[in-house]
Amino acid sequence: MIGWSDVLILIFLAIGVFFNFLAGVGLIRFPDVYTRLHAGTKCTTFGSIFLSLSVIFLGLKIWLAGDVNGSVLAFHTGAALVAILLTNPTGAHAIARAAHRSGVKPFGAVVDDLEKTPAKAKSSKKEVKK
Amino acid sequence: MIDSTYLYVVLLLLFIPVILAIIRIIKGPTAPDRVVGLDTVNTIVIVSMILFGAALREVIYIDVAIVYALLSFISTLFIAKYLEGGEF
Repeated sequence: MIGWSDVLILIFLAIGVFFNFLAGVGLIRFPDVYTRLHAGTKCTTFGSIFLSLSVIFLGLKIWLAGDVNGSVLAFHTGAALVAILLTNPTGAHAIARAAHRSGVKPFGAVVDDLEKTPAKAKSSKKEVKK
Repeated sequence: MIDSTYLYVVLLLLFIPVILAIIRIIKGPTAPDRVVGLDTVNTIVIVSMILFGAALREVIYIDVAIVYALLSFISTLFIAKYLEGGEF
């Protein structure tokens, strides 16, 4: 017998798997480091949110059925979800900045407005040192 | 009551994006491409650990997933700093 909470958990699992699959397809199909980063980070973060929410609902359901271990499952999954949400966009920003400063151009780009920024920062740092 | 079979099916389906990301790691023309693929594999492995812990009803796998998330974040930051060529 499948109740409405099971249907909710299955829908969340389906959304999470679908977005993780889209992340893999985007990593293969996009032409550029920055667009690949866009696909590989945002889709996995969104899919991870939904897969973790399904596990949180499963833990709460086990808890309401009378088993105390379900609450531990739900709260620890919430802590892991907070860790993913804090670390994933920060790492993506660091990778994008490193790729731009190591000289990787965007695909088909004609004008790069960010090109003068590191030189200006470096010169101002030298002035401070003098 | 939902049983663990659905969670095992989801774990098997999560192999597909991992394989695609590993193809990107092997093929990637530049070093930041490979770092992007590694970051994607790390996130999917964290979610797989959470689902595996939920399937076996064992909380220790989820604690391992938290530690793995923080360590992979630190490793990503250091690889990015190395690609950037800056001083630490």
